[in-house]
Amino acid sequence: MTGMVSTNGSSSTGTQRVKRGLAEMLKGGVIMDVVNSDQAKIAEDAGACAVMALERVPADIRRDGGVARMSDPEMIQAIQASVHIPVMAKARIGHFVEAQILQSLGVDFIDESEVLTPADETHHIDKFDFTIPFVCGATNLGEALRRISEGAALIRSKGEAGTGNIVEAVRHLRSILGDIRKITQADSAELFEWAKRLQAPLSLVQEIAETGKLQVPLFCAGGIATPADAALAMQLGAESVFVGSGIFKSDDPAPRAKAIVEATTHFRDADVLARVSRGLGVAMTGIAMDEINDTQRFASRGW
Amino acid sequence: MNMQVGVLALQGAFAAHSECLTSIGVQSVEIRTPEQLGSVDALLMPGGESSTMSQLLESSGLFDPIAARIADGMPVFGTCAGMILLASEILDGRSDQRSFSAIDISVRRNAFGRQVDSFEANIDSSVGEFHGVFIRAPRIERVGVGVEVLGSINDEPVLVRQGNVLAASFHPELSNDARLHEYFVSLTAKKKKV
Repeated sequence: MTGMVSTNGSSSTGTQRVKRGLAEMLKGGVIMDVVNSDQAKIAEDAGACAVMALERVPADIRRDGGVARMSDPEMIQAIQASVHIPVMAKARIGHFVEAQILQSLGVDFIDESEVLTPADETHHIDKFDFTIPFVCGATNLGEALRRISEGAALIRSKGEAGTGNIVEAVRHLRSILGDIRKITQADSAELFEWAKRLQAPLSLVQEIAETGKLQVPLFCAGGIATPADAALAMQLGAESVFVGSGIFKSDDPAPRAKAIVEATTHFRDADVLARVSRGLGVAMTGIAMDEINDTQRFASRGW
Repeated sequence: MNMQVGVLALQGAFAAHSECLTSIGVQSVEIRTPEQLGSVDALLMPGGESSTMSQLLESSGLFDPIAARIADGMPVFGTCAGMILLASEILDGRSDQRSFSAIDISVRRNAFGRQVDSFEANIDSSVGEFHGVFIRAPRIERVGVGVEVLGSINDEPVLVRQGNVLAASFHPELSNDARLHEYFVSLTAKKKKV
């Protein structure tokens, strides 16, 4: 079943266009972490454009410690059976066999995720080797371009998952989009230096200089807990948001999920944002960055 | 010509449609509120998740104004999820999913399968030959009497039209080819002259 682009007569599956196409369909939407089919239904009812099936939300992974792995296929299949929207699932960084299993299950997108414990400290998965698309996290433009050069169809800023704190997501979005803006101002000689500094393929840097944007959609993840957080990410230039612990670690998940969906669509409309932010109850408590030490940071995983 | 095409921007591939329209010199405007709908001559409904869009059409107060404009003859083009929103019958959708019933077709949501089955293929069409990108695509399982089939793959309809309503189960906005957008704009131009 593993096997990149396959052509049957005039029809092809697994092409870059088909992979990036699904990422385009997810724009302007909210992808919610869910741990069972009940949560998946709440997410779909609230207007999520996709769900991420996983055994524990990042806040619990952080609390429990130990090794975090791909979820049980039985649990992923139960979620697939319960909703119409796309279902994503996470594989460990570099763990291409987990990815093969997820493809065999027919998940719609694989997240090669730093939230799980990395399986390879040097290599990421060769994502061209798969029919289904991959999303990967990035803290800066160089990391994003390395993942794209490995075949990622979608990039999400990493933020710091499971903290309910938006500060890292803002840092990563500003870094990625700020460097894109600078590259569009660079002359052709400076692009060589940019490629060297970013440790990224020159051709991708040159393409950004021409188009002014990343080759694949850019979403935001890691720390979104409120409608205002989602709108902040969107106004900074993210094209969709992933919400992990922020929904199901809050007091009242269903209305908060719906409010975040509306805030993501109407992200520039402060009147809508004010209306949907009212009376949502207590958001997840959250963690300040100086309360976690460097070894507990998920964002630094990935190379 | 001074024409403005609205692109429903509640969720989905609206940005790619706007780029297509810009590439053929047509002014486009993103539609998220009823007020924004007022100024447009035609409306494009992109792909995305039809159940998400259906809910956002309700919460944004856009559903009824769009239905009224379509009934009033405004040209509208739905692709993939957009086509589902326009169909008279949705199969395998959510029970609470609403549609505009603007074109007499029955469509089955995600009938071509999950993403692993998403594909691109050539389409035979009376409007020209197109390369279509199908993403978790819906299938047109029934075509009503008044509906014209403009394009098909393997004898199965994928591009249909009924009066001012055009619908495709694929994504013309993903294949660097704006000819279908040009065709839609030409329908709008005819309408505008009348």
